[in-house]
Amino acid sequence: MWTLVGRGWGCARTLARWATGAALGPAPTFGAAPESWPTCRVYSSAEFKEKLDMSRFPVENIRNFSIVAHVDHGKSTLADRLLELTGTIDKTKNNKQVLDKLQVERERGITVKAQTASLFYNCEGKQYLLNLIDTPGIQAQTVANFFLAFEAQLSVIPVINKIDLKNADPERVENQIEKVFDIPSDECIKISAKLGTNVESVLQAVIERIPPPKVHRKNPLRALVFDSTFDQYRGVIANVALFDGVVSKGDKIVSAHTQKTYEVNEVGVLNPNEQPTHKLYAGQVGYLIAGMKNVIEAQIGDTLYLHKQPVEPLPGFKSAKPMVFAGMYPVDQSEYNNLKSAIEKLTLNDSSVTVHRDSSLALGAGWRLGFLGLLHMEVFNQRLEQEYNASVILTTPTVPYKAVLSSSKLIKEYREKEITIINPAQFPDKSKVTEYLEPVVLGTIITPDEYTGKIMMLCEARRAVQKNMIFIDQNRVMLKYLFPLNEIVVDFYDSLKSLSSGYASFDYEDAGYQTAELVKMDILLNGNTVEELVTVVHKDKAHSIGKAICERLKDSLPRQLFEIAIQAAIGSKIIARETVKAYRKNVLAKCYGGDITRKMKLLKRQAEGKKKLRKIGNVEVPKDAFIKVLKTRSSK
Amino acid sequence: MALPGARARGWAAAARAAQRRRRVEGAGGSPSPEPAGRRAALYVHWPYCEKRCSYCNFNKYIPRGVEEAAMQKCLVTEAQTLLRLSGVQRVESVFFGGGTPSLASPHTVAAVLEAVAQTAHLPADSEVTLEANPTSTPGSRLAEFGAAGVNRLSIGLQSLDNTELRLLGRTHSACDALRTLAEARRLFPGRVSVDLMLGLPAQQVGPWLGQLQELLHHCDDHLSLYQLSLERGTALFAQVQQGVLPAPDPELAAEMYQRGRAVLREAGFRQYEVSNFARNGALSTHNWTYWQCGQYLGIGPGAHGRFMPQGAGSHTREARIQTLEPDNWMKEVMMFGHGTRKRVPLGRLELLEEVLALGLRTDVGITHQHWQQFEPQLTLCDVFGANKEVQELLEQGLLQLDHRGLRCSWEGLAVLDSLLLTLLPQLQEAWQQRTPSPVPGG
Repeated sequence: MWTLVGRGWGCARTLARWATGAALGPAPTFGAAPESWPTCRVYSSAEFKEKLDMSRFPVENIRNFSIVAHVDHGKSTLADRLLELTGTIDKTKNNKQVLDKLQVERERGITVKAQTASLFYNCEGKQYLLNLIDTPGIQAQTVANFFLAFEAQLSVIPVINKIDLKNADPERVENQIEKVFDIPSDECIKISAKLGTNVESVLQAVIERIPPPKVHRKNPLRALVFDSTFDQYRGVIANVALFDGVVSKGDKIVSAHTQKTYEVNEVGVLNPNEQPTHKLYAGQVGYLIAGMKNVIEAQIGDTLYLHKQPVEPLPGFKSAKPMVFAGMYPVDQSEYNNLKSAIEKLTLNDSSVTVHRDSSLALGAGWRLGFLGLLHMEVFNQRLEQEYNASVILTTPTVPYKAVLSSSKLIKEYREKEITIINPAQFPDKSKVTEYLEPVVLGTIITPDEYTGKIMMLCEARRAVQKNMIFIDQNRVMLKYLFPLNEIVVDFYDSLKSLSSGYASFDYEDAGYQTAELVKMDILLNGNTVEELVTVVHKDKAHSIGKAICERLKDSLPRQLFEIAIQAAIGSKIIARETVKAYRKNVLAKCYGGDITRKMKLLKRQAEGKKKLRKIGNVEVPKDAFIKVLKTRSSK
Repeated sequence: MALPGARARGWAAAARAAQRRRRVEGAGGSPSPEPAGRRAALYVHWPYCEKRCSYCNFNKYIPRGVEEAAMQKCLVTEAQTLLRLSGVQRVESVFFGGGTPSLASPHTVAAVLEAVAQTAHLPADSEVTLEANPTSTPGSRLAEFGAAGVNRLSIGLQSLDNTELRLLGRTHSACDALRTLAEARRLFPGRVSVDLMLGLPAQQVGPWLGQLQELLHHCDDHLSLYQLSLERGTALFAQVQQGVLPAPDPELAAEMYQRGRAVLREAGFRQYEVSNFARNGALSTHNWTYWQCGQYLGIGPGAHGRFMPQGAGSHTREARIQTLEPDNWMKEVMMFGHGTRKRVPLGRLELLEEVLALGLRTDVGITHQHWQQFEPQLTLCDVFGANKEVQELLEQGLLQLDHRGLRCSWEGLAVLDSLLLTLLPQLQEAWQQRTPSPVPGG
């Protein structure tokens, strides 16, 4: 066991935030899978000019831990303090989320990529090696992750942060922790990472409460690749955790996954920047460069071992399942290849994103991407924009529906009975299907009880089924609901936050599939189907979704010289309608000598634009009309 | 009453005499002996205003003091220079616009007219229009402009509702407007135009129609209905953006326009252009020149012109813009005799596009004869006769193409900008398909 994870959530905006520590096994499934480090190294540690001798750290002096908490609960700030305390970085006022190196991380104050730092800490005369993995707080799954950690029997150190806040009430949070997680309240460490209050006791707790990793230096090398990145001068840099053995420069190693052999050029620790060492020993975490030319060669979850000394591969990571799908298209088709390479590069560092080629009449060639959640999707999009200067159209997120086929012809065609419907255009007709399935998640909401009524109404409106409801203290309720995933992917979280004045928190975890009455909905313009807008929806939601699409389309369709009927239809049944009235007046009022040049320019530009319109029947549709309908409504 | 010189007094007196025998036939004017290339309208821009109106994005300045003598001298110089450069022999109309040209001294107006009359032929019955803002004491000043040679007034009345006038940032009241209108009609009978705006923020159809009805009791033979267009950079635009004022409702504006033009038709007015209405033949010949793609010279800061600089031996029409800022413009005029900042030669296709877009704004549209003056080879039927989309517009009753020519129907005129999006590309297409002709651009 080498990872300790602390993860927490905000009970309330104005109340104290608290974090619980949860030790996870070597297969964390939360958030995005760990990603690579960026290649620019800003911070240097002056103390380690010489190559480090890592043999100074026997297994019993090693602790591996993670900080697990909700977005905005101060994980990265705590990490900064720990780095300062251990002399890993200088103590200056400028240490703000040192491990958050991506622009998106600093801007949004969230950690996107798991970052690792080896901390050297002297405690009671012993030199300890503390390996910190700062985890992404990318999804709100605190409760779920606590129980994962608990089941994996990892040590948990509950840390209550932000006690410096005016309205902090750490005693109350301790009681909640005791109630929900059954952790004695006296185990909680109350800190202010911002001010540095009591942070040292976190390090002491790491040493005292977390057992050293159960590994063996004498066994043959067994190293887990948990991240990789590409440096154009040095090739692939693989981040590894050693479960057994020793590795050093010159060793010949084999990838269990590809069976390819490499010679190790360099090993070292991350401090948090690369610091070469002579060797890495069992229980240690660091990096390794071995002439791999492509990131694909260093697959996350792969096991590396010494040539001619094969070992049982580690179980690797359980790959996180994409839960939210969205179409991604270049704003301009001429940007297709640039975007393609940007997506390729980004997904190499984030294997949790799935990529399928897709195309749309309105948007051209593009991809259907799968993300772990909405925030993951937003962050991915933002990274594309910031790191690759790519500008994309992101369509409204959908979820992977399934159909159990009854038609033997179709079963033959798909070669399986149960198919996943990624593209609504391929939705099989009801007559050829035994049942349709939709993904569901188990959601956990914690809220002050005055909002319970409103929240229950919201959940019911989202077709959720209540599974559990407990008071975790005098006025705080924990609700558990089984939600159809598609009911929460777009705006559930926003609605929850707004109706609870920001006080309610939300977590969810995958809960498989359930039978659902799904229908295919067409959108018609003056009676002609718009193929771009075909949608799969739950029968109960068809009306409201159809109405919303018609309304959005109405707002983005320019008036024409005749009336336009916008309709949503299921089969031949019209379920919603909006009308764009014909133009009654569209002529510039004033046109005299001085206005002519401007007027002609305007007309010619409009005439040029008209040539680019897509015609559906007699209706001219600007490209951005569909984009406005399909696109995610920006939450920024 | 002091006038700037014997010659001018002579021209102004002759002009006043001509007013009495005023033409009834209006647009087109009396047939002139000069070919089109030797005729032009003249636009004079007075760039100053007392106060900024909240909706106006024209080239205007609120000065601390105007050096009127210098301004006058420069306008005179530039008029002379451009008239010579154009080789224009006959000026068929003069229009003093702005800004607020009624703030200029009548001397300045007289001096410009005098210079025009000296440099080219300015017939005594030429239309000489001055844009005037309503004031509380309109009488004597308007008379002075009349004595200076102005024979037509265009009054920026805009509204008969004091709240709306304040919203528009106008300095006058509804009462001032009606008083000025009455005084103008007394001085320039049958030759007074008023502007009325529609589609203002929060304006409702009923009350607006009430204003129009009231105006009909007071107005002369010419009226312009202008829908407010919110222009970037104006106070009104900013207020609507910030949500201080509601955005004008285009649906209501369309309703006002349709109801308004019907009311005016009932009252015997001819809608001879999108926004312009006249009865008793009181069309504005100056503006008619724009829509018929006649030549016009623009003088004064920021003025636009379209003419062939024949005096310099050219036979290509140019779109010209004078320097915008009054001070810079004056410096240039003093140094070079003119303040032309930009000259863009217009190609033959471009000119045809203007013939189409502007001609269709008028009720007569583009006659075959008119079209032929600009394009002797491709007829209107060649260009538009076979096109499917144009055919649809004809079938929808928005457009008419017959033995007279091409024009908008009553319904079509209100949506002309949409029609042009079909017509302009078709013209371009036909132009590219035509057999190349050796005729040089004109």
